Amino acid sequence: MSLIEVKNVSKQFGGLAALTDVSFVLNKDEILGLIGPNGAGKTTMFNVINGFYRPTKGDVLLSGKRVSNLRPHVLCKLGVARTFQVVRPLQRMSTLDNVIASAFIRIKSKAEAEKLSLDVLQFTGLSDDINVLSKGLPLGKRKRLEIARALATQPEIILLDEAFAGLNPTEINEQIEIVQKIRTERGITILIIEHHMKVIMAVSDRIIVLNYGQKIAEGTPSEIGHNPVVIEAYLGEEHSA
Amino acid sequence: MKKYLPHIIFAGLCVVPLMDLSSYIMHILILVLMWSVIGMAWNILGGYTGQVSFGHAAFFGFGAYTAGILYYHLGISAWWGIPACVVILTALSLVVGYICLRLRGAYFALATLALGEICRVTTENLVDFTQGNMGIMIRERTWVDKTWYFYIILFIAAGTFLLIKIVMESKLGYYFVAIREDQDAAESLGIDTTFYKTISLCLSGVLTGIAGAFFMNYMGYIDPGVVFPLYDISITTVMVVMVGGAATYWGPVVGAVIMVFLAEEIRSLPYIGAAHMTIFGVILILIILFVPNGLVGDYRRLLKPFKHKKEASS
Repeated sequence: MSLIEVKNVSKQFGGLAALTDVSFVLNKDEILGLIGPNGAGKTTMFNVINGFYRPTKGDVLLSGKRVSNLRPHVLCKLGVARTFQVVRPLQRMSTLDNVIASAFIRIKSKAEAEKLSLDVLQFTGLSDDINVLSKGLPLGKRKRLEIARALATQPEIILLDEAFAGLNPTEINEQIEIVQKIRTERGITILIIEHHMKVIMAVSDRIIVLNYGQKIAEGTPSEIGHNPVVIEAYLGEEHSA
Repeated sequence: MKKYLPHIIFAGLCVVPLMDLSSYIMHILILVLMWSVIGMAWNILGGYTGQVSFGHAAFFGFGAYTAGILYYHLGISAWWGIPACVVILTALSLVVGYICLRLRGAYFALATLALGEICRVTTENLVDFTQGNMGIMIRERTWVDKTWYFYIILFIAAGTFLLIKIVMESKLGYYFVAIREDQDAAESLGIDTTFYKTISLCLSGVLTGIAGAFFMNYMGYIDPGVVFPLYDISITTVMVVMVGGAATYWGPVVGAVIMVFLAEEIRSLPYIGAAHMTIFGVILILIILFVPNGLVGDYRRLLKPFKHKKEASS
């Protein structure tokens, strides 16, 4: 069953075509990877799905309903949460308050919001940092805070924008575990942008490859790893070996 | 102890009128309380929600003129201005919010700056309705003695303080701060930023308006130059909060105490009294450089040099 359907989406900034006629489907309970070289339009795709941008052409459907004209906060209410590539914690708020602020979307009382937040923070391994101001967190934890905030909105779908960039190998392994747990324990569908090949190959069920704003390939990780077009455009010779 | 600080201060202030202070001291205390209300009101929008306004004179003046015009045209007590301005100021805030809140940062500040001036010039020129520069005078003051004015503004201030405390510990407060910290992130976390900024503006505007309506009743005379000026109201409001500490409960109160006393003291100095605005400007620069979070926000840092000395000497 398709949760999100992207239909022939194009996005132009003036004369620059950031996305050209991209279509794909995100199925329920799936982890779908979105890869491509820098400037391929991955984050633009997220911004279109998430409602920050309106597509110049085409539509985004959420469970069959057209959502391409809705604002981000409405999409969040409908169950689409996201994290940012450049982490954007609410700096002068504690880690806990950051998460509480996003938990309020479906919860009225502060006590319950706090309960959910503590649960989510434990899930992402941030229990020891709840009273730290979020600008004082190291990058690895900020990335996890981004995920915790997204989870606190109790979404159906999470869009993860480079949740692994800049992490050290240990942190990457922890993060992979968290991402997999998001699906297995919480039943949330994931669309993930990632440059780290090891990670994307390990976590994704399917992968979509963008290049210069166009979809050039789609398939399982092993299909993508052997696809000559993808190797040419992105992976390079070494990976195909 | 710290938890009961508001109660203690409130109780202390309640007995002040019994101390038989001079009329001048009472006047100063009333001004301090009034400026606390304006500062706290500005703080909701500028401190917590992060939308810096340089046009709060517009809300203050609107409140004052609401009271004044009710008295002048309808012949009813100007005290009705306080409930009336809840309605009027909400309406004004909605209009202002619709136009200005789509702007961000400096552009919003500039738009509010213009708003204050628009209100002043309009009031000066709508002579039939507002009496223009002749102003509005209440012929029969409610009380000659200041005691009741003091109690009224004290209750308004206490109510404002309580309201802000309740708001800031609720969902609304979290949303305000989230918007201040990062509007785009807030938006993607499901916060309707335009809506909540408008609520913040309404709260801020109505409370400022109530202070304005009180001012009309208390002073008994207003004209556009008194209630709509850029320097004496809009900028002073920002100063009160900056000196005390933005986004703190006590900041605006501390700021109001300092600014009102400072204004009185500097104005009475020979020669440089006329230049009190210059001196305020210098103070603002020093505040931004050395205590950017205000006296309340940075008090720990302010105490630091003293602590160091103590440790060194012991």
